[in-house]
Amino acid sequence: MADPILSVRDLVTYFRPEEGVVRAVDGASFDLYPGGTLGIVGESGCGKSVTARSILRIVDRPGEVESGEILLRRDDGGIVDLAKIDPRRREMRAIRGGDIGYVFQEPMSSLSAFYTIGNQLMEAVRLHRAVTTKEARQRAVELLQLVGIPRPEQRVDAYSFELSGGLRQRVMIALALAAEPRILIADEPTTALDVTTQAQILDLIRRIQDERRLAVILITHDMGVIAEMADTVAVMYLGKVVESGPVDAIFHAPRHPYTQALLRSIPSVLAEPRSRLATIAGSIPHPYARPEGCPFHPRCARSIAGVCDRTVPVVTKLDERHEVRCVLYGRPAEAAE
Amino acid sequence: MLAYILRRLWLGLVTVVAISIVSFVIIQLPPGDFVDAYISNLSASGSMVSQQEAQSLRQQYGLDRPVWVQYGKWMTKVIQGDFGMSMEWGRPVTEVIGDRLWLTIVVSIAAIILTWGIALPIGIFSAVRQYSIPDYAFTFVGFAGLAVPNFLLALIIMYFGFTLFDLKIGGLFSAEYQLAPWSYGKVGDLIAHLPLPALVLSLAGTAQLIRIMRANLLDELRRPYVTTARARGLAEWRVVLKYPVRAALNPFASTIGYLLPFVVSGSIVVSLVLSLPTVGPLLLRALIAQDMFLAGTIVLLLGVLTVIGTFLSDLILMWIDPRIRAGMHE
Ligand SMILES: Nc1ncnc2c1ncn2[C@@H]1O[C@H](COP(=O)(O)OP(=O)(O)OP(=O)(O)O)[C@@H](O)[C@H]1O
Ligand SMILES: [Mg+2]
Repeated sequence: MADPILSVRDLVTYFRPEEGVVRAVDGASFDLYPGGTLGIVGESGCGKSVTARSILRIVDRPGEVESGEILLRRDDGGIVDLAKIDPRRREMRAIRGGDIGYVFQEPMSSLSAFYTIGNQLMEAVRLHRAVTTKEARQRAVELLQLVGIPRPEQRVDAYSFELSGGLRQRVMIALALAAEPRILIADEPTTALDVTTQAQILDLIRRIQDERRLAVILITHDMGVIAEMADTVAVMYLGKVVESGPVDAIFHAPRHPYTQALLRSIPSVLAEPRSRLATIAGSIPHPYARPEGCPFHPRCARSIAGVCDRTVPVVTKLDERHEVRCVLYGRPAEAAE
Repeated sequence: MLAYILRRLWLGLVTVVAISIVSFVIIQLPPGDFVDAYISNLSASGSMVSQQEAQSLRQQYGLDRPVWVQYGKWMTKVIQGDFGMSMEWGRPVTEVIGDRLWLTIVVSIAAIILTWGIALPIGIFSAVRQYSIPDYAFTFVGFAGLAVPNFLLALIIMYFGFTLFDLKIGGLFSAEYQLAPWSYGKVGDLIAHLPLPALVLSLAGTAQLIRIMRANLLDELRRPYVTTARARGLAEWRVVLKYPVRAALNPFASTIGYLLPFVVSGSIVVSLVLSLPTVGPLLLRALIAQDMFLAGTIVLLLGVLTVIGTFLSDLILMWIDPRIRAGMHE
């Protein structure tokens, strides 16, 4: 297997508002391989978006990447640690959009209503390429064509509010691809869309990925989308990656009780008609009050009193690529603190 | 689009008529009339006016007729461009107002430009650096600016301007230009006198505008399109200026219409203190003397200016906000 193009190690991103500390990302690790698709999955609020924003260093204040490594491999083989760059530096800005494109969760409000989509596309092109206005406009039209927007020559002068949700999300993808990045982060690109449009957008991402050998990080809370799109999966719970591995292993031999619960909660066509959908017991703890020990233990059916509520489990390697963070497997956990 | 503009114009006209009626009625509201005020004024200085004289004065000005007849007569003349005689000054209203209307507009516009020029950059800075020390400092100064009465500020600035900087204070013209006809020299003299009154008049508005701009921008800075702009590699200051500031400025276009009357009515006391030849002090005097035609004309002109201002801000809004343009095509 080739070296990862992006490797995140023990990423920690906290928000420190006056009321306390939100440990949005608390030691997340995963790898992304060239041309591959990494699915990051987890319930709402588990830190998926903050992880993605940490990679680009665009976490909103008072959020801050506190520690960890975000290793981006350049075309020439050199490696930069994005966690160490000053987010305001030109070097970081060149990476945003230039190396890593980002498609956001909300296509409705992610485009400015005061400028045409062509204006915003041309801006994205010209930030990373020395081209004339005319060439940039031509490029904007091509990008709209690439993402399957009909009549791109006219649509380039449209405003975002004149487009449907599906078209807007296509424009967002075009924007993310404007400077031909090698990595695309798609943060729940289909959550706000209806089912048919969802399928079209996912098809589009896959098609472009094949054409350009893009590496994709696909963030979702939909296991069905993961099954369809991803080749590797990272399951997140409360800021930690609790299990990661190839998509087959995750679906057919899930180890972590949380992954198992997540999979049970997918509605299946094979399930008995009228059988109740399994849900995960309990609810996500308040962001200011994270549980001691393993973050999942209050909701875990297999939690061991005196162990899971005291110590943070370490990562156990089950095989070359399958890892899990749970005391049920491998070494006993090290004492927390 | 044209239909929209025409409808706006028609609405503006209706508003002007309504303003003229309301202003006329309000001016009539206080007990007594101009002649009463005139008589009591004269008796205060020792002279007497006979019953007969008073009666003939009333007849002369039509004060013995019902209110609506007076209004009708006044409006008929106004439409012909004749605003009537000022009772107190004994001269045509247009002559009494003279340059004052234009000077008022000039002073107000200077004050408005100054307000925006000071408030917008500070508002932007305060929002982008929310809760920083300068943000707190501007907030403090801003509230102080709101709390201190303008005329007091005028006196303080006049004092320091005169003692420390030898500024031209008081009035809008030097003595030699006061009564001179318009010339380049007079215009230059006006420009030299303008900064001080403009500054004093702008301060309360500045404090308010800083708060509004800061709140608007804080709202916009949280929106996803800001993060999107950052994510494509745009430098932070360009992100802020191009997208959220643009959106935060939008609501201001709709306030342009109200600025002028706001500045004029807010400026009466300041104009007295600084002895500015604007319509504010004139209006005050006309109201006290119940000089109906003069006061009515000034209020009417201010109303017309407001309507024009509102119409202009509608046009500006149409020009700068694509959503409104799009809404009109449908
Ligand atoms: N600006 C912020 N200030 C404080 N806390 C924040 C901020 N943004 C996010 N958080 C916190 O960070 C945690 C992770 O949020 P994040 O947006 O990454 O969740 P997510 O997994 O993307 O959820 P969703 O599926 O709803 O998008 C949440 O607990 C949230 O409350
Ligand atoms: Mg999210």
